[in-house]
Amino acid sequence: MSHRIVVTGLGTVSPCGNRVDQTWDNIRNGRSGIATITKFDASTYTTQIAGEVKGFDPADFIDKKEIKKMDVFIHYALAATKEAMEDAKLTISEDFAEEVGVSIGVGIGGLPNIEYYAGVLKERGPSKITPFFIPMTISNMASGYVSIEFGAKGYNATTTSACSSANHSIGDAARIIERGDAKVMIVGGTESTICGMAIGGFGAMKALSRRNDSPETASRPYDQGRDGFVLAEGCGILILEEYEFAKARGAKMYGELVGYGFSSDAYHITSPTTDGPARAMKMALKDAKLDPSEVDYINAHGTSTPAGDINELKAIKLTLGEENAKKVSISSSKSMTGHLLGAAGGLEAVITLKAMQEGIVPPTINLESPDPECDLDVTPNHAKKREIKVAMSNSFGFGGTNATLVFRKI
Amino acid sequence: MSDVAERVKKIIVDQLGVEEADVKDDSNFIDDLGADSLDTVELVMAFEEEFGLEIPDEEAEKITTVKIAIEHIQKALNG
Repeated sequence: MSHRIVVTGLGTVSPCGNRVDQTWDNIRNGRSGIATITKFDASTYTTQIAGEVKGFDPADFIDKKEIKKMDVFIHYALAATKEAMEDAKLTISEDFAEEVGVSIGVGIGGLPNIEYYAGVLKERGPSKITPFFIPMTISNMASGYVSIEFGAKGYNATTTSACSSANHSIGDAARIIERGDAKVMIVGGTESTICGMAIGGFGAMKALSRRNDSPETASRPYDQGRDGFVLAEGCGILILEEYEFAKARGAKMYGELVGYGFSSDAYHITSPTTDGPARAMKMALKDAKLDPSEVDYINAHGTSTPAGDINELKAIKLTLGEENAKKVSISSSKSMTGHLLGAAGGLEAVITLKAMQEGIVPPTINLESPDPECDLDVTPNHAKKREIKVAMSNSFGFGGTNATLVFRKI
Repeated sequence: MSDVAERVKKIIVDQLGVEEADVKDDSNFIDDLGADSLDTVELVMAFEEEFGLEIPDEEAEKITTVKIAIEHIQKALNG
C-alpha cells in the first residue's frame, strides 16, 4: 500500500539568493547572506542584523493589485513555488488537479502587518483596519494562495511547529501521498518576520546574536564565540511526487524522500533535551530502513546558539553511534543563511538535495575556534567533495518539537 | 469633469489595478472592474482617506459604481 515519494522540483527565495542556482552557488562557496537590517530602523535594538532577502520584487511574480493584500511570507511562497513548478516541468491539468495538494509550513505568519495594524488600531481606530488584514497575515494563506495560483485542488493546509514547521510539512505531506490521497504535494516552508516585534521578541529571550559590527560572521555554529541565532527570512519549496506518477511523465528526480521521524521532548518550551532529537532521527532512519552507517551527510539544525548546537551533535552520536557519527559529514547552512524559522527546513531540504545532486558537502562558515565539545566533522569553512547517497536534515522548534527527514539518491 | 471625479477615478485605478480608460461613469466595481467584496470595502476606505470623510457602512454598501461614488462624495463634501 505504501507509495514511494520523489522530489522533482526545487524553488527558493533566501538571504543567499532569490533562486535555487544563485542560493546554492553562494552556499557552496561559503558566502554569508547576513547584513545590517534595512527593513526597519533597528538602531535602538540590541540586535541590528538579519538575513534579509535582497532585491526581490513581488511584481515579477504577482499581479500588482494583489501584492498589497499579502504579507511578504506569501510573496516568497508564490515566487519559490513558481520556480519549483517550472523546475519540475509540472503544469496542473484538470484531470489530476484534485490529486495535487499544498502544505507549506509557516512558523509565525504575517507578523510585520500584525505589528503595523496594531498601531493603526491604537492610533486611528478599528475602521482603519484593511479588510485584507486577516487574509494577509494568517499562516495557512501561503498554501491558500499557492493552491489558487497553480490550480491545486487537493489537500490545502499548513503545518506550524515553530522552527520545524517546514520539516513537519514535508514529512506529513509525504504520508498523504503514501496513503494514496495525493499524487503531488507542493511542500516546504515560508517565513518573513524581520520586524520590531520579532527582533524585539527573540531579543528579549536573549536568543539572537548581537554581533552587530560584523554581520557576516554573526552566525557561527559550533564556534566558541557563538552568541545566538541570526533571524532570517525566505522560502524553500519542494515538489513531492508519487514515484510512478513522476516516472510516467518523465520527470527528473533529485532524490527519494525515504524517511520521516518526529518526536517531542515533553520537557521545556525552549531548552532542548538530547533524547528528543535523537528519537526523531532514529525514527526517520527506521522509517527509511537504513542502517546508521549509511548516512553520508547531515544538514544540521545548528542555529548558532550556545546550548543547541552541541546538544544536536550529542544527539547525532546517540543516534548513529560514536563510530558512525565520526564518519558522517555534518554542516549548518544557517552559518550562511541565518535562521529562517518555519521556512528553515524547506530551504535546508533544497540545499541538502543540491548537495546530493552535485556531491558537494556545503560548509559551516565562521568556524574560527571550535567549541571543545564539537568533536564531529562539521565541515569547517570550506565545502568538500563527497558522494552523498543518504542525507538527513534536522529541524527542531520551540515547544520541544523535533522533525527529521531522510533523502536517498536514486 | 470635476476635481472630485478625477480624484475618485485615480483612486479606483490605483486600488483595483485597472486602466484609466476602463473607468467609466457607469462602471460597476464588481461587474465591470473585477473587484471582489473585500476590494470594495477597501475602496471606500481609500475614498474616506482621500477626502477626509466618514462613510457609514450602510451608505458604503450603496456605493457600487463610479458615478454613485462621485455623487456621494460631492454631496458629503458640500455638507
